Amino acid sequence: MQRIGVFICWCGSNIAATVDVKKVAETIKSEPGVVYSENYQYMCSENGQQLIKQAIKEHNLTGIVVGSCSPRMHEATFRKTAEAAGLNPYMVEIANIREHCSWIHKDMDEATEKAIVLVRTAIAKVKLNAPLQAGESPVVKRALVIGGGIAGIQAALDIADAGFEVDIVEKNATIGGRMAQLDKTFPTLDCSACILTPKMVDCAQHEKIDILSYSEVEEVKGFVGNFNVKIRRKARYVDETKCTGCKICMEKCPSKKGLNTFNMGLNNRPAIHIPFAQAIPNVAVIDPEQCIKLKTGKCGICQKFCGAGAIDYEQKDTFVEREYGAIVVATGFKPIALDNFNEYGYAENKDVITSLELERLMNAAGPTDGVLLRPSDGKHPKVITFIQCVGSRDTSGCGKPYCSKICCMYTAKHAMLIREKYPDTEVHVFYIDVRTPGKNYDEFYRRAVEQYGVDYIKGMVGKVYNENGKLMVQGSNLIDNEQITIESDLVVLATAIEPEPSIRKVATLLTASIDTNNFLTESHAKLRPVESPTAGVYLAGVCQGPKDIPETVSQASACAAKVIGLLAKDKLKTNPCVAVPDEMMCNGCSQCANVCAYGAITYVDKEFRLGGGKTEIRRVASVNPAVCQGCGACTVTCPSGTMDLKGFSSKQIMSEVEAICKK
Amino acid sequence: MQEVTTKKKEFTPNIVAFCCNWCSYAGADLAGSSRLSYPANVKIIRVPCSCRVNPTFVLKAFQQGADGVILCGCHPGDCHYVTGNYYTRRRMALLFNFLNYMGIEKERTRVEWVSAAEGQRFSAVMNDFVKTITELGENKRLTDLRVKEGE
Amino acid sequence: MKDVELKMLERAKQLLESGEVARVIGWKKGEFYFDPAPASFETVEELGDFVYNGFCGANLSKYLIQASKKEGKTAIFLKPCDSYSFNQLVKEHRIVRENIHVIAIECQGKLDIEKIKAQGISAVTEVEEEGESVTVSSLYGETKLNKAEILLGKCASCKGKTHQVKDEEIILHEMPAPINNRFDEVAKLEAMTEDERFAFWREQLQKCIRCNACRNVCPACSCVKCVFDNPASGIEAKANDDKFEEQLFHIIRAFHVAGRCTDCGECSRVCPQNIPLHLLNRKFIKDIDGLYGEFQAGETDNGKTPLTSYTESDVEPNNALGGEAK
Repeated sequence: MQRIGVFICWCGSNIAATVDVKKVAETIKSEPGVVYSENYQYMCSENGQQLIKQAIKEHNLTGIVVGSCSPRMHEATFRKTAEAAGLNPYMVEIANIREHCSWIHKDMDEATEKAIVLVRTAIAKVKLNAPLQAGESPVVKRALVIGGGIAGIQAALDIADAGFEVDIVEKNATIGGRMAQLDKTFPTLDCSACILTPKMVDCAQHEKIDILSYSEVEEVKGFVGNFNVKIRRKARYVDETKCTGCKICMEKCPSKKGLNTFNMGLNNRPAIHIPFAQAIPNVAVIDPEQCIKLKTGKCGICQKFCGAGAIDYEQKDTFVEREYGAIVVATGFKPIALDNFNEYGYAENKDVITSLELERLMNAAGPTDGVLLRPSDGKHPKVITFIQCVGSRDTSGCGKPYCSKICCMYTAKHAMLIREKYPDTEVHVFYIDVRTPGKNYDEFYRRAVEQYGVDYIKGMVGKVYNENGKLMVQGSNLIDNEQITIESDLVVLATAIEPEPSIRKVATLLTASIDTNNFLTESHAKLRPVESPTAGVYLAGVCQGPKDIPETVSQASACAAKVIGLLAKDKLKTNPCVAVPDEMMCNGCSQCANVCAYGAITYVDKEFRLGGGKTEIRRVASVNPAVCQGCGACTVTCPSGTMDLKGFSSKQIMSEVEAICKK
Repeated sequence: MQEVTTKKKEFTPNIVAFCCNWCSYAGADLAGSSRLSYPANVKIIRVPCSCRVNPTFVLKAFQQGADGVILCGCHPGDCHYVTGNYYTRRRMALLFNFLNYMGIEKERTRVEWVSAAEGQRFSAVMNDFVKTITELGENKRLTDLRVKEGE
Repeated sequence: MKDVELKMLERAKQLLESGEVARVIGWKKGEFYFDPAPASFETVEELGDFVYNGFCGANLSKYLIQASKKEGKTAIFLKPCDSYSFNQLVKEHRIVRENIHVIAIECQGKLDIEKIKAQGISAVTEVEEEGESVTVSSLYGETKLNKAEILLGKCASCKGKTHQVKDEEIILHEMPAPINNRFDEVAKLEAMTEDERFAFWREQLQKCIRCNACRNVCPACSCVKCVFDNPASGIEAKANDDKFEEQLFHIIRAFHVAGRCTDCGECSRVCPQNIPLHLLNRKFIKDIDGLYGEFQAGETDNGKTPLTSYTESDVEPNNALGGEAK
């Protein structure tokens, strides 16, 4: 005989304001099987949990229902509570009367009535719950970091410093990412390379870190603690173990007209190249689209000159397969394409540039050796106009609805640096709002205005057009309420950022959920900000949302802490809610294995007694509970209903359906 | 008195929504924490994945007097279980087509993909579905007379 | 047809006598000429009852589930359409291919005794088939009928005369080309309004007496235990006292065989209430063809079914109505 206890939480006023919690608890008392029903202000509090524990013991409860917030919030809490009181943790069901009830309904009667139905539904289910035991699975003590920008570098270093092996998979020929392209960093104006490159070197020299550059994740199997990842090592046509990074190949290569992507295409580079001076690994790579030898078979000059004999035109993509316990995603961002923003004349005017292009123009290792010269004629610009929020906070559909977060600060930085280096330059900034939350951020911005005399204009720019070689920036000044046109030599667009497009593939491979803007979704916006809902997958940097370097580094270290916490364990508890076949009924038809994404189902020949001393050998399905993830795809494929899912059995779901529909 | 009778006669449909744990249930949670309302006659059943929803559950809901059944899962390609919702998509496309072939109004059944970040969409989908079913009226075709007798 | 029967009998004798096979599955004489029944023959003596005539419509493949597990090889006579079911059973590991010897046999389309009776002819004693016409002999004389009018429903929309599997064949005459009209009836129903369709199916399905003949004969319904007999399923069979139960049973049955049903038509052939059950299965077949590309269950003995596979660009369920990909 079932003895069910029901616990209705007020959640302060969150539930109690719209659901008559006392009435719910009282009404439920008469439900068959319910022997105890109570309401309390905060069930998740120490006292609330104590109340549950006591009731379990005093009333010999066989199952409990907590009417509270979402099970995604506190199911684990109440399971632990039950366990502490000696009840199997899987004899707990949550009725979500907050997110799915009190918070969305205004009418008290209506919400109360619904809460009663939701609690009844949970009771119907819990009556069919069975005690479950979590299994164990071993943890592979190695982490994978996808992306070798500052986020990936920081996470890898922290994990490796804790003594665990880490692989960094970077799709480009070098690690460093976007930060390597920056000139200076706000709010301290440190040289970006000066603070980044030591970390890159640390990665390369760390005995626990393996950098797989020019590589991409191809396939991911397994689950937390036991991921099996296939990595494509793209052919770079240079033997990584032989190349000394002497750059003679770059000098001799006759095909020098490739766009230098590291410099945002502002100058050219040879077909064989090392992306930048401090690249890690300091190994050349050949662009097969540009290489004469690879395209026509004739040339081979770099091979002739390479003293190390590192050039290998025959190199093919190779694959490595490795096991990991945890995965950090740090795939970073790119500035959006400006195709939808013709009004700024970016495509037509060479002197309309993006902020990232400006970074390269200001950088000593950039195309102009750090001298600010405008792209069209190589002259010093005398009037520079910045336009903020290009594609950010844009609800028109052309750009991104979100704030890119970093643009206000880097624009202030740019303005300040230009005024510092070229005091005779006039700098204007069009802005919607200046957003400077952060330590020393507003102070930084104020310095730009007050100390460096940067002209901030509140207003939006309608049009940038070329008139007699001058860029006319036409916009509104909302403070003075007038339309103005600024004759400029250079226009810099603070372009919105978006997740690196390869994130879609990575998200799919990892089954990590993604939002409408292609940012990876965190497990909880406030309380689990670096964890993906997919166990064992962690998020660092802009792949999760726009953020600056300090935030990215903090998040990366937070990820590392999570990963270390995971890898420090020898075994993980597995989800006991897995598929289970009833062998007596199984046909062995093998349809279920066809839909299992994890290969958890195999078939075995088993002997069955038929009665009368006869036996029969039948092929039946067998589920590996350590591999099964509990999706239930097999249960529906199975025509006889042989395959069921623990914790979400057909009967349980049917009983919920019945409880909801019953009028 | 007058008011009570009219209220009684007014048809409020009973809607069963199967939501996958990882996307749509979380989307419903987000709708809740964002206070985005939808009618109280939508009741959610949590399943690990939309692919856990057996056609028998859908039929059971109708048998027991549900007026509409909606399945929500992760967007195709984003399934927490890699491929689960792809199977859901085929199963339900065929099942719903088939139910319509048996004369069941096509509007009574629906599949929507709602991600964990789409609280707004969850609420909009549910409001729209309730509106559709309210206009359609009571489910009389795929229902068990013995259940209805209890009214 | 007589010559085919003789040849089959001769071959069956050979196989049993030589000990190559332990049993032969074929048809044996019934009480009347028109009711031969599937049978397993283990000795030459038993073959005295062997028959193959115009009324041998039954699909024998399902009998292999038990037979192929027994000791020794089993020989079976398969008509072209039965060979699809055979493959499907191999695919689902329900029968052991190595233990079976398949003899592909000729089929000129099988006859429906009910349709003959409907022409006012009773007490049929023999039937002579000559191309498009059929001479039916009864206790009351001979009648010449148009064959097309008295074919079994499933043969009237024959899906092919090619055997999908065979170890040897007994085909003495040319077989008529298949008739590609099997979706016509489904399309007719689709063209109706929802109300009309509902009325149609309600009328049909309320005739159901839940005798389970359809389930028992169906080669795809080969579960050790049917979901309707499984207490854990939540839909185990209940009293036949509400229209919903029949709807549920037939919807679920059709869904369970979707992608696996070879359209052998046995369900409709055996239904004592003459419910056109094949129209349920064919709807699934038609939709699968339209939405996911043509698929014929049983064409091969391996691979996935349309319901255990997918493409990333599959049609959305809400847009799938009408069964054609948009």
